[in-house]
Amino acid sequence: MSDFLWLVIALPLAGALFLHFFGRYLREPLAGVFATLAIGAAFVVAVVAAVPFFAGTGEAEHLVIWEWMPAVGATFELQWDPLSALMTLVVTGVGTLIHLFAIGYMHGDERFHRFFTYLNLFAASMLTLVLAGNYAMLFIGWELVGLCSYLLIGFWFTRPSAAAAAKKAFVVNRIGDLGFLIGLMVMFATFGTLSFEGVLGRAATELTVGTATAIGLLFLVGAAGKSAQVPLYVWLPDAMEGPTPVSALIHAATMVTAGVYVVARSSPIYVESPIASGTVAVIGAITALWAASIAIGQRDIKKVLAYSTVSQLGYMFMGVGATAYVAGVFHLMTHAFFKALLFLGAGSVIHAMSDEQDMYKMGGLAKRMPITATTMGIATLAIAGIPPLAGFWSKDEILGALFERGGIYSALWVVGLIGALMTAFYMTRQWVLVFAGRPRWDEGVEPHESPAVMTLPLMALAVLSVVAGFVNTPFRFTLEHFLEPAFHGVEMQHAPEGWGMFLVLAGLSTLAGVAGVAAGWLAYNRPPEVWRRFQEGFGRLWTAWEQAYRIDDLYGAVVVAPGRRLAEFSAFQFDQKVVDGAVNGVGALVYRLGSALRMLQTGYVRNYGAGFAAGLLVVAIWLVVRGMS
Amino acid sequence: MTDWYMLLAAALFTIGAMGILVRRNALVMFMCVELMLNAVNLTLVSAGRALGSLDGQLATFFVLVVAAAEVVIGLAIIVAIFRHRDTASVDELSELKG
Amino acid sequence: MTVEVVIFVLMGLTALGGAITVVMARNPVYSGLGLLGTMLSLAVIYVSQLAHFVAAIQVIVYAGAVMTLFLFVIMMIGVDVAEDTAENLPRQRLVVGVLAAAVVGFAVYLGVSQGFDWVPAASGEPVAEATNGTVQAIGERLFSTWVLAFEATALLLTVAAAGAIALAYFRRRRAVRE
Repeated sequence: MSDFLWLVIALPLAGALFLHFFGRYLREPLAGVFATLAIGAAFVVAVVAAVPFFAGTGEAEHLVIWEWMPAVGATFELQWDPLSALMTLVVTGVGTLIHLFAIGYMHGDERFHRFFTYLNLFAASMLTLVLAGNYAMLFIGWELVGLCSYLLIGFWFTRPSAAAAAKKAFVVNRIGDLGFLIGLMVMFATFGTLSFEGVLGRAATELTVGTATAIGLLFLVGAAGKSAQVPLYVWLPDAMEGPTPVSALIHAATMVTAGVYVVARSSPIYVESPIASGTVAVIGAITALWAASIAIGQRDIKKVLAYSTVSQLGYMFMGVGATAYVAGVFHLMTHAFFKALLFLGAGSVIHAMSDEQDMYKMGGLAKRMPITATTMGIATLAIAGIPPLAGFWSKDEILGALFERGGIYSALWVVGLIGALMTAFYMTRQWVLVFAGRPRWDEGVEPHESPAVMTLPLMALAVLSVVAGFVNTPFRFTLEHFLEPAFHGVEMQHAPEGWGMFLVLAGLSTLAGVAGVAAGWLAYNRPPEVWRRFQEGFGRLWTAWEQAYRIDDLYGAVVVAPGRRLAEFSAFQFDQKVVDGAVNGVGALVYRLGSALRMLQTGYVRNYGAGFAAGLLVVAIWLVVRGMS
Repeated sequence: MTDWYMLLAAALFTIGAMGILVRRNALVMFMCVELMLNAVNLTLVSAGRALGSLDGQLATFFVLVVAAAEVVIGLAIIVAIFRHRDTASVDELSELKG
Repeated sequence: MTVEVVIFVLMGLTALGGAITVVMARNPVYSGLGLLGTMLSLAVIYVSQLAHFVAAIQVIVYAGAVMTLFLFVIMMIGVDVAEDTAENLPRQRLVVGVLAAAVVGFAVYLGVSQGFDWVPAASGEPVAEATNGTVQAIGERLFSTWVLAFEATALLLTVAAAGAIALAYFRRRRAVRE
């Protein structure tokens, strides 16, 4: 039915290959237009392929493209079910808008075409990840997006900070990947296959709780690396060194959700192990609160959004950890819209402010950039959880599921509420600092509204941020029914039913959101001296937030410094003295032996002849004596 | 009787071999090679006679042909070297030493 | 004392004398003459062994063509270049002496021990008729059993001739160019 599905991956891949080889011959906007068309076409193909699911008649499909290693269930096969369809639509849809935005944002960059090569390559990799029909192929996509992330964070590699950030992202992800890889090995040892059908179909009957816990926790290590959860989140804030469209596409909307996707995809394994699921939820809760508090103290416009992303990913982990997979994926989708919008808006602001990222030097931009201000305001309210915007519905469903689950999860619900309050506060703080009040710009900065190619995606995403929440409301569980086939047979947590509970819970979270927004507005819609004093009122706590708890220093002292010492020992002691010593020793031995033996090589043919004759004589004597006997 | 032919051949062969090892004139060394080939021819003819076969003489014929070809090429090389180096002494051609 | 023994003793001594002359003579011309003597002596021995054809080509090819060639080259390179017989390689004479002593010693040992057959299958006296190497007998075998090897020698001689021309001719041309 959906035999043409391979086009979804092939189109951006072909775009990347074409741009790689011929991109430099294209004039500036052309390369971007080409890349945008490639991913846009992929989006269209995905929509066409997803039509049966919308109609409610679609069935999950396996499309085997190429038999690679059938013995281990590692073929090139695509899984087309509602879950992957949703992910594909989000990746291609948001991806298209961000490609479009990047045409304007990257204007004038001398490696313009290279940027779009990487973007297309990333899209193809991410689509490989979400469309994979088995864990081996998923892992290929998983590693490829990591590579693309590295390339794009370090896109401006001439800046040492960008190169270091790219390296950091790669190394931290690698730690997570190791856990994921070991998890895959355990899985293969248990099931003898890596295909989704073979593993997930048999998980309920054949998996022991212990093995499920092991696989679940190992996958969590990988997911925590890719989705920037505690304690492996440190790479994501640094990843903001990349161009802003990259931050929007990779480090907010799509790639970082891969961990959530893997947990949701592996739901049959996680439901077998309450410990693994609970760990996922607790990690998510810690991350949500931790990152939200850091976000409050940031003054870099992108750093706020980075920590906000980490925090929101924590919410998704809470959702999938509480086995409320639909809620987690729902939040993934809505978050993709409004966080992409926030990042693109921030990109628009940075573009307008001539690459200024310090919010303390902004203010009063609403008059100069009305479209950016309005759309970012919508996104801010959406992420703050103000009804009826998208973030409200998805966050509320996660919180409702946590509350309904009860027990330890009730504590997580409280954490979620506090996090929602903080989210609303720091997002409002950001909007007010950037757009409201009096200008605090540096000399010579003349902000201006961005061109249409950049504002159009903003407006499209703003519309989505408003309406996306309605696909799954307590009034109409459209998304839930849509995703139903993907989680067939998995016992899932839902928000409590009944109007009474809904109103109480929704009221509480709305209250938290409104309180946060109000607090942010009251605290920051004042002259700078006032809110500076307000911040100083927190004392050392504020310093800790501003410096992100100095976690990087801690990691530097605990992990990086000993690693560096070990590397230095290996390089300058072990390698130079022991390894090189052995090699040099062998060389010296051969040299001495050769020096001794070269005395035989006199160059006089008569010397050689004498040796020849002597050998001949010995052989002849031996033959004759042997014949005598 | 055959034994004596063989001993004569062995003596000729040994003298030739010693000559190659002792002399350094390339021409004389070449003659010593011919001497050794002749010794071998003698063994072939004598052994063929002892075995009652003509094949020894035929083998001698072929050795002779090969020797003729070898002399042609060998002398050409010696002449070529002489033209280049103005010497026929093999001891002076000792550049290829370690 | 048959005729054959007499011929063997006479011609064997001549051959040995010629061989020693080849090695010992300081002037290459004498060496060549010594080699000529050895070849002619061997030709006589071949005749006494009924190898008529081999004896004939021994004289024609070896003593005639090859020796002429040798003498020609000797004349070309220099007749009067008497070689210094002093050894200049260290220990070469010693090694050669040891080797010669070993060969002689081994030969004596073989003669004394009587345990070695030079030609193992030889039984009784040689049959004169079977080994009568007339031109006809040799030719019949040469063009039947050995025909392939015979054709191969033609190729060998052609290549040798071509090689000799190459060595002589191309070198000269390069020298002219330089």
